[in-house]
Order: sequence, then C-alpha cells, then structure tokens
Amino acid sequence: MTTKDIIKPENLVYAKPSVMNNNTMHYCPGCSHGVIHKLIAEVIGEMGIQDKAIGVAPVGCAVFAYNYLDIDWHEAAHGRAPAVATGIKRLLPDNYVFTYQGDGDLAAIGTAETIHACNRGENIAIFFVNNGIYGMTGGQMAPTTLLGMKTSTCPSGRQEDLNGFPLPITTLVAQLEGTRYVTRQSVHTANAVKKAKKAIRKALENSAEGKGTSFVEFVSTCNAGWKMSPAEANTWMEKNMIPVYPIGDLKDK
Amino acid sequence: MAKIKGRVVIDNERCKGCDLCAVSCPTDVLAMSKSVNSRGYNFSHAVNEEACIGCASCALVCPDACITVYKVKVE
Amino acid sequence: MEQDIKLLKGNEAVAEAAIRCGCDGYFGYPITPQSEIMETLMQLEPWKTTGMVVLQAESEVAAINMVYGGAGCGKRVMTSSSSPGMSLKQEGLSYMAGADLPGLVVSVMRGGPGLGTIQSSQADYFQTVKGGGHGDYKMITLAPASVQEMADFTVLGFELAFKYNIVSVVLADGIIGQMMEKVQLPPYQKRLTNDEIREKYPWATLGKPANRKPNVITSLELDSALMEQRNLNLQKKYKEIEKNEVRYEEIACEDAEYLLVAFGSSARICQKTVELAREKGIKLGLFRPITLFPFPTNEIYAYTNTVKAILTVELNAGQMVEDVRLAVNGTIPVEHYGRMGGIVPTAEEILEVTEKLIAK
Repeated sequence: MTTKDIIKPENLVYAKPSVMNNNTMHYCPGCSHGVIHKLIAEVIGEMGIQDKAIGVAPVGCAVFAYNYLDIDWHEAAHGRAPAVATGIKRLLPDNYVFTYQGDGDLAAIGTAETIHACNRGENIAIFFVNNGIYGMTGGQMAPTTLLGMKTSTCPSGRQEDLNGFPLPITTLVAQLEGTRYVTRQSVHTANAVKKAKKAIRKALENSAEGKGTSFVEFVSTCNAGWKMSPAEANTWMEKNMIPVYPIGDLKDK
Repeated sequence: MAKIKGRVVIDNERCKGCDLCAVSCPTDVLAMSKSVNSRGYNFSHAVNEEACIGCASCALVCPDACITVYKVKVE
Repeated sequence: MEQDIKLLKGNEAVAEAAIRCGCDGYFGYPITPQSEIMETLMQLEPWKTTGMVVLQAESEVAAINMVYGGAGCGKRVMTSSSSPGMSLKQEGLSYMAGADLPGLVVSVMRGGPGLGTIQSSQADYFQTVKGGGHGDYKMITLAPASVQEMADFTVLGFELAFKYNIVSVVLADGIIGQMMEKVQLPPYQKRLTNDEIREKYPWATLGKPANRKPNVITSLELDSALMEQRNLNLQKKYKEIEKNEVRYEEIACEDAEYLLVAFGSSARICQKTVELAREKGIKLGLFRPITLFPFPTNEIYAYTNTVKAILTVELNAGQMVEDVRLAVNGTIPVEHYGRMGGIVPTAEEILEVTEKLIAK
C-alpha cells in the first residue's frame, strides 16, 4: 500500500470543518482557542445550523473569533456577551445563540451578566475558556488565576490575603436554577477533545429546547502567558489547573 | 486480522510548529521539520509515515486545523 | 378598538407609543423618575398581543447591551433610564455608534452629579449631545416638552434611528416624565417579520444563509486607514442629519427684540414668561430647540440681525448656552439662567432675570 492508495476521498477520516474558513488564526502556537473554535465549527456543521447560529465574541484573545467561523457574529463589549446574547435570543428565539468568552470577560468584568443570564435561564450556550490569565493584554492576573501562580500583576504569585482566591464561577452558576447543563472540559488530549466536542453539541442542542442555559468551561492553556512551550503548558495544566477546576459534569438536567 | 494504515496531510503554511500533534501521536509519526514556512514556523511533518494508524489524534489536538487524516483497512 | 386619546404621564405615553409603533423589544432597569416606562409595558403585556419582548435586566449596563444585541439583528429595540443609569450606558452607546446600529433610548433627566436627587434637571445635555461615551460620535437627540411629544418622539426617534442607522435619544426630564396631559396616541404599526428585516436591513444578523457572507456586527477596526474611513463615514452621516433633521418651535419670535432659548420643561415655563413679558410690552420671544442634535444653529444665527440679546433658561449650570453662543458667533450677548438640584424657576422669576438683562 502506498501513500497514493491511502490518500483518497473515500478514506477521509478527519479534515478542517467547512464552517471554519481559511483565514489563519492569530492565536499563539498551541493555544487552546484554536482547538475549541475548530470543535464549535465542526458541531455547527454537523448539526446543519450554519444558517441559524449566531455567535457573540468577547474582548480578549478571541476578539476576532468572528473572522474564523463563517456564521453571523456580534462583537460584545468586555463582559457583556451574555447580555448581548440575551437580546439576540429573546428576539430571535429560533436561532442558536452562543457566547464565547475568556476568564476576564466572563468572571471579572462580566460576572453580573454571566450570573444573571444563567439565573434567567436564557436559552443560550456559554462557552468559557479558562486559562487563569489575561492573554491579550500581556499576561495579567485573572479571577481564576491559581494561588501561587505568577502573572505580570502578581509577579511573586497570587496571594490570598492580597488577591483573594481563584473564583469558582462554574460551581457558582451550577447552583442556579436557570442552568440545566454545566460542565468542565479540556482539549489537551485527543480523548479530551472528543468529550469536549460532545459537550459543545449538547450545549447547542439544549439551547433549542427552551429549558435553560448550558455552560461549558474549557480548562485551557496560555503557553505564552504562562511562559512555557505548548506541550509543557498542557502538562502544567493537567497537574495544577485540573485539580482546582476538575473536569466533568457539574449538572445535567 | 485487518491492519489499519493511515496517512496525514499537513497544511505547512497553516502550521505554527506547536508540536502538540507530535506529542499526541501514539506511534511517533510526526516531528517538527528543520525547514520553516513563510511565517517562520518549523512546521510539522511525517518522519515515520508507515507507522501511521489513522487515529486522528494529531488532527484532533491541532489548534489550527492543519491536518487531514486518511485511513484504510488492509487485509 | 382601543381608545386613541388618553390622559397619561409622560413615561406612560412612551410605553404606549412604543408598543403601537411596532417596537420589538424593551430592555430596562428601574430608576426614578422613569420606572413607569417599564412598569406600564409590563402591565400592558405586549408579548401577548404584538409579541414585543419586555425584559427587566440586572443593570443599565446589561440593558444597553441587550439593546446592542437586538439592534444588530435589525430589530426595533429600546431602553430607558435616568442620569446615573445613563452614565452606565455610555460604553454601550459608544459601541452602538461605532457599529452603526439603530436604537432608541429614553433619558429622563434628574438632578446630579452622582446619585443626586430624583427631581428634575436638564444637566445631561452635555452627556447626551456632546457624547458621554468615548469617541467621535453623535446621537440624534429629541427634547420633548409635553406628554404628546413624549409619544410622538418615541415614534420619530425610531424612524430617524432606522433612517440613518443611529441611536436616537428622547431627552426628557423628570417633570415631563411625571406630568399628566391629554395625548393622542399614534396608530398601530405592525412589527416587521424576520423576512422583512432580511430584505430591508441586509446587514442584520439573523443567521447566515448560503447565499451571503457572514454578517459581523462590530465596532473594532485595528487598521488605521480603515478606521479613519469608518470615522469619516460617521461624520458624513452626521452632516446629512444636520442638513435634514433640524426641528424647533418659535413662539412670538417674529418681532422679538429679545429671545429666550430653552428646551423641555424649562421651555414650558418660558412660554408663560413670554406671555407675561408681552403683557408688559416687552418684545420677548421663545425659541425652543426640539432637536438638540442636530442643533438649530443656523436658525438661531438668523435671529442675530433682529434680536438684541439671548437668555438661555436651563435646569443646569449652563450647558445648551454654549451651543447658542457658538451659533451666534459673538454677534450678540448670550446669557444663561439656571436652577439646579431639582429647583424649578417660576415664569415670574425668569421674567425678572430677563428684565435685568435688558436693562444692562
């Protein structure tokens, strides 16, 4: 069997999803954002909802998310995505509306919008990329930065007396009646990626059923901000982030 | 017993040389090349393509959707 | 058929007019003196009749962002608030301006600064007309002086918003919001269907069909040349509005030697001052700007040939007076009289000040 025999259309197993266009993504090499974008694109394509999906982009590294997936998109001011999504979904109840947010967007400036959209049980999906740091602005501390973790605004490591504790926002929203599906996933291994994709699909399917908010946290890496190689960042994440933000379903109504 | 043979096609220009595909590959097919693409990245390429089993782990973890995977059963 | 003429508060008239003119959604937060807008909407339950969405948000910040989302979908959406809440909305308003979106905001001014007082003021002229949010942008600003105008400008505000893809602000004050007057409500207009929106507003995000590129609603542009062009386009739009949409009212101005310039509730009081002045033989007129942006600059300037001096009367420390000074361009004296803190001058008080000015 030669390469020519194997590389044939009928043998295709995996390719870039069609909903993801050819624009080069601006993310750092190895960034979890790219994987998560890819999975959302795959799910939208497989669900056949490219003409119904509307994404709300954050302020953060993913501010240009709208350049990479060929669906209708809205920018949102920092933290306001769940409010923007509320406006869209309430007025377009037949569309699939999701937010895509980082840890500053969702758990710092946007905490009120996050909690209240979940509390109202808005029929949207919230995709939360948690890497415990503010990448776009140069690596500052986030509400989800771990104790002892070093960032540019806590260069000797986060201290509880100065900066408080890593904010378990996902645990908080799971306690609200309005959320129906709250889960933590990661995308650092092939198996994790497969599970994460299932979670994305479930979240989007849920949003069409009128039963409340789906919230998917992706425990992620920021190899640039953490000052490690992508592979090292995955290892570090597994060892340090996941014990604080354990993978799995917190709620599945 | 049927054997699975796979091949991957990597978009060199899209690749950023992050090495995650090589790390994820269970049969050590991939490594970063010595050459660079037009953006200066040492892109990933197959150094041991016969070992590929088409599991698509590389493509799954690739953050830039660079990898297309093919597999076929061989009797 | 529902009665079209009612005795209503200004705030209530806004709510009734909004439903009737095909508003798709209202997102708001309670704050005195405008909470009746949302309360009336909730009582009328338009989601059962026209399908209009009415939602109490968790803050004024959230509310303006819900409006931002709805506006991007080509929907007729609105919010309302008062001074401290309007401060919170400035970020969202700047975003809407930057993204070229239509929308309606009703701002019912109260005394400030800070938490201030719940009584009336006109101290948010600068915030609204000069732009309280960041960047080079403007919003069409309509200043009602009656309950009828509260209803009429809700309809007009939406029309102008969609004509120019701009935010319209109905800038009222607590007095206009709370007073009760007879009002003729506008006729019912149907809400647009999604298909109609797709046709009329091809930029709207309703979901990307196969035959067009994705629509992205955004105000971000990192390329300087492109960003400058965006800004030039905005300025062009504002120039067109300045040319076409100036509105004002003139009372006893034809033979006036002295002019009062006032908007909103202070204009109502000045109307009485003009009556009192005329009884005394003083040739006083009242020029009432209705659009604060676009400001009736040329129309006021035209009076500098015949008028000897102008007094602006505002419930603030002197805001619109600056635009009047710009309009007359140094040709005649322009003074300001204002009360603050919620105090409202009487017509007699204003006449006294006018007489003093004339004596000078």
